[in-house]
Amino acid sequence: MTVESKGCACAAPTPASGGGFWKSGGWLLAALPAWIALYVALKPIADWLAFRAFGLAPGSRLGEAVAFFAYDAPKVLMLLGAVVLGVSFVQTFISPERTRDLLAKRTGAWSNLLASLLGIATPFCSCSAVPLFIGFVRVGVPLGATFSFLVSAPMVNEVALFLLFGLFGWRIALLYTVTGVAVAFVSGWIIGKLRMERHLEPWVMTVPFTAAEAGSGPAGFGARLDLALQATKDIVGKVWPFVLAGIAVGAFLHGYAPAELLARFMGKSAWWSVPLAVLIGVPLYANAAGIIPIVQVLLAKGAALGTALAFMMAVTGLSLPETVILRKVLKPRLLAVFLSVVAAGIVLVGFLFNVLM
Amino acid sequence: MKIEVLGSGCTKCKLLAERAEEAAKELGVDFTLVKVTEYPDIVARGVMSTPGLVVDGAVKSQGHVPTVAAIKDLLR
Repeated sequence: MTVESKGCACAAPTPASGGGFWKSGGWLLAALPAWIALYVALKPIADWLAFRAFGLAPGSRLGEAVAFFAYDAPKVLMLLGAVVLGVSFVQTFISPERTRDLLAKRTGAWSNLLASLLGIATPFCSCSAVPLFIGFVRVGVPLGATFSFLVSAPMVNEVALFLLFGLFGWRIALLYTVTGVAVAFVSGWIIGKLRMERHLEPWVMTVPFTAAEAGSGPAGFGARLDLALQATKDIVGKVWPFVLAGIAVGAFLHGYAPAELLARFMGKSAWWSVPLAVLIGVPLYANAAGIIPIVQVLLAKGAALGTALAFMMAVTGLSLPETVILRKVLKPRLLAVFLSVVAAGIVLVGFLFNVLM
Repeated sequence: MKIEVLGSGCTKCKLLAERAEEAAKELGVDFTLVKVTEYPDIVARGVMSTPGLVVDGAVKSQGHVPTVAAIKDLLR
C-alpha cells in the first residue's frame, strides 16, 4: 500500500458553513432509533439471507461463511459509523497543536506518560508525521515524549478502542488500551534515556521554523456536529473497502479454517507465534477497522489472546509507509532503535498475555 | 492574493487545492495558487497538521479540508 493511500484513511473533517443544531442534531435524533432497531435485527436478517434466501445448509462451510459475512459486515460498518461520529465530534475540541503545547512544558517520565495518553485522543494522520515531529521537537517537547506520542497515536486510537469494545467487550478493549499505552510509554522513555538527539537528521533542528498556533476550531454545537458528520462520511467512505476485505478474509477463515490448525500455529503452546505475528504485522499497514474482523476470527478459531493482540498492535502501530516517512527526520540508527524497541515491547505484551490468561 | 496549499501530496491536499481554486474563482479575486509540498517549506510556514491553507502568508486552516463556502469566508 502506498504512503498516499495511508494518509487518506485519516480524519480530515470538512466543516460546512451554517447549519444550526436542529439541522444536524434533529436528523441525528431521528436516525438513532433506526440505527438501534437495525442493529438488533442484523443477526436474524443475516441468518435468513444465508439459510433461507440462498438456501445454504446451516452448519455447512459455505453457509457459515456467508452467514458470518452477512452479519459481520453491516455490524462492523454500523459500529464504525457510530464510533467515528462520536469520536470526530469530541476531536473538534482537540488538536495536535494543543497536545504539543501541553507537552512542551514537561520533562522526565511524566512527559512520556502524558504523551502516550494524549496520543489516544489526538487526531493524528501519518501523512503529517514529519511536520508534526518537527513541530514537537522544535518547541521543546522531549524526544522521548515525541516518540511516545508517535507510537500511541496510531496504535491506541479511539476507533480501535470502541470497535474492540463493541466486538469483544470491555475487558479486551481495556487490556489493549492499557498495554498499548504501556508500550508507547516505555518505548519513548527508553529512547529518551538513550539520548539520541544527535541521530536526528540535521535539518530537523536547523530548518527555518515557525511554531504553528493552535486553531480555535469551529464555534458552536451545530458547526462541530457538521464537522463530525463530514469527517464520518470521509473516513467511512475511505475505509469501508478495507473493512469488507478484512471481514471477507475473516468469513473465509470462519467457514474453512479448521480450529485445530490455528490453535496449533497461534495457540499458547507455540511460543514463537508471538514474535512471528509481530514480524508479519510490522511491515503491513491497515487501520484498526480493517484488522479487527480478522483478529476476531483468529481468536474464535483458537489463537491465543496475546498473539492476536500483538499482531494487531504491530499492524496498527508500525508500518512500512510510516517508516519511509520517518526516515526523512531520523538517521538510520535512531529509526532502527525506534522500530526494534517498539516491536520488542509488543512481543513482550504478547508473551505476557499468553502466560497470564 | 497568494493562496498556498500545504501538504506532501496526499489526496486531501489535492482536494483542498481544488476547492481553494473554486472558491477564489467564485469570489472573482485575482489570485495565484501554489502547492507547497516540501517539508521544510511547510514547517517554515507554521503548519504542523496538513493539509494547510495559507493566504498571503497567514495560516487560515490546518488539519482539515474546509468546504468551498468556508474557504470563501477565509479568503475574504
